[in-house]
Amino acid sequence: MWSRIGSRASYGQAILSIADSYPNLLGLSADLGTSSGLAPFMRKYKERFINVGIAEQNMIGIAAGLAKEGFIPFVSSFAPFLSMRASEQIRMELGYMQHNVKVVALGSGLALNFLGNSHYGLEDVSVMRAIPNICTVVPADCAEIFKSIEACAKYNGPVYIRLTGGVGNPPVYTDDYNFQIGKSILLKEGADVLIIANGTMVAKAIEAHGILEAKGISADILNMHTIKPMDCESIEKHSIGKELIVTVEEHTKIGGLGSAVSEYFSNKRNVNHLMIGLPDIFGKTASYEFLLNSYGLTGEKISHTIIKTLKKNKGYDD
Amino acid sequence: MRKKKYLENKMKNKSKINKISLNVRRHIVNASFESNKSSHIGGSLSMVEILSVLYGSILKYDLKNTNWDDRDRFILSKGHGALALFSILHEVGFINQKEFSTYQQNESEFISHPIMNTDYGIESSNGSLGHGLSMGVGISLAAKLKNKSFRTFILMGDGECNEGSVWEAAISAPYFRLNNLVAIVDRNKMQNDGQSKEIMDYSSFEGMWNSCGWEVVSIDGHDIEKLYFALKHDKNLEKPKVVIAETIKGKGISFMENVSSWHHGKLTKNLFEEAIQDLK
Repeated sequence: MWSRIGSRASYGQAILSIADSYPNLLGLSADLGTSSGLAPFMRKYKERFINVGIAEQNMIGIAAGLAKEGFIPFVSSFAPFLSMRASEQIRMELGYMQHNVKVVALGSGLALNFLGNSHYGLEDVSVMRAIPNICTVVPADCAEIFKSIEACAKYNGPVYIRLTGGVGNPPVYTDDYNFQIGKSILLKEGADVLIIANGTMVAKAIEAHGILEAKGISADILNMHTIKPMDCESIEKHSIGKELIVTVEEHTKIGGLGSAVSEYFSNKRNVNHLMIGLPDIFGKTASYEFLLNSYGLTGEKISHTIIKTLKKNKGYDD
Repeated sequence: MRKKKYLENKMKNKSKINKISLNVRRHIVNASFESNKSSHIGGSLSMVEILSVLYGSILKYDLKNTNWDDRDRFILSKGHGALALFSILHEVGFINQKEFSTYQQNESEFISHPIMNTDYGIESSNGSLGHGLSMGVGISLAAKLKNKSFRTFILMGDGECNEGSVWEAAISAPYFRLNNLVAIVDRNKMQNDGQSKEIMDYSSFEGMWNSCGWEVVSIDGHDIEKLYFALKHDKNLEKPKVVIAETIKGKGISFMENVSSWHHGKLTKNLFEEAIQDLK
């Protein structure tokens, strides 16, 4: 049922469905309540929804105060307004003091298409990942958004939950499965390549996997839904014997999943690492699908880049 | 007769608070000198009476149970006043002599800015300005949601109120009808670079709080009686209150009063001895 309702609606539904199990859970918004999919929660639990107006810094501070007194505040807004407008509040109140606040970044990546670069979440993971104690989760699809919200409510500590994709996100999961913060999930098994992805790029990696398989290249796919703390054990295990390690993310290549994986290997051993992600630019605005295609973030383009890199590494021309 | 008793008690309490203030100033000067480092001494000295009245007769707390759920919450949003906070917490018994003597030593819990530790009565980590009031709004909202009667006090600096985040919080507290929240501004009219009026002046500081919907009280921030009446619980109040305490930076040490360089300064042996003479 969660499969295609859109990431924001999934967040709203998830909050609504766990509200009774977590009576201390509160929903906070900076005048984006309805845009956060929270309308049903606002109707049913009026007294547990707090709108702070267009004031993200104040929202984080208020949430920290509420968390200090035992509440579990979920705050939501668009990714840059939380991760950057309020990043110093997140650093002090959530990182330094470790207050139990869940920060839900909506429409991260390029999903807000015609709203443009002011609203895109291009570099949020990079900022959040650098702050000590901030657990960072990037769910792969609507079902996993639900799983993450539930797991984050249970988890005692600050979390940044990055929602990518819009309405009609391709589903990765159709059946129930076990989700654990910090434990990546192996979705496909192969021998030649390890693809590590998160967010919407998991579904694209699966598409790429099919194309590669038809060309005789087999790949592991790891859903690295938690980027911090990162599941290094799985990376290590699945990277052994692979010709190429590929990271795919809907985020700048500076400081995100690719960087995290590269940081891991730089302290370990030499690997061939292909980083697929967004370039370091504020590009032109277009539809979500158009942008994914132009940045090489479709199944077809990802598989093409992988094949090209494998050939190059072997000394063949494309 | 009753009036006489009342006056006697009042005088006794007043002399108790005066004694606390004097001791806190001595702790500030001693710790600053002993640390052999620069400290935010000017802005610590300006807030001494505010803290003495709060910890001497206003705040509810339990030294045997520092995490008592019904305690009043105090947050030092002007975190650079930490030396005064540690000094009052030492004076009333949260921090012992041994702990206090680690001030500004390597890996100490007691540095230039507060580090959250409710065992020591420190509710929040601060240092970056403009954070405390938002947290105060959250704590006060939590008290309302839990039907708790404790109050929350946030001490800020007037320089700190340059921060935009203060005003996001200032707008929201009256909107949420937080009559359990008290903001105190230590208005010493000086900041890091000098006199506030030459750095970023407010056309009407009281007016700004007023227009946000606060109960505004302006008083002499070194007058303990006026501080007491401004800070004591008023059951009939329906909105948050801000107490604008007009103070003197460096108060109590003649060579520091209103001298900008004592925002963050180091005491030599001679100056330390001179300061102690002022506190006889």
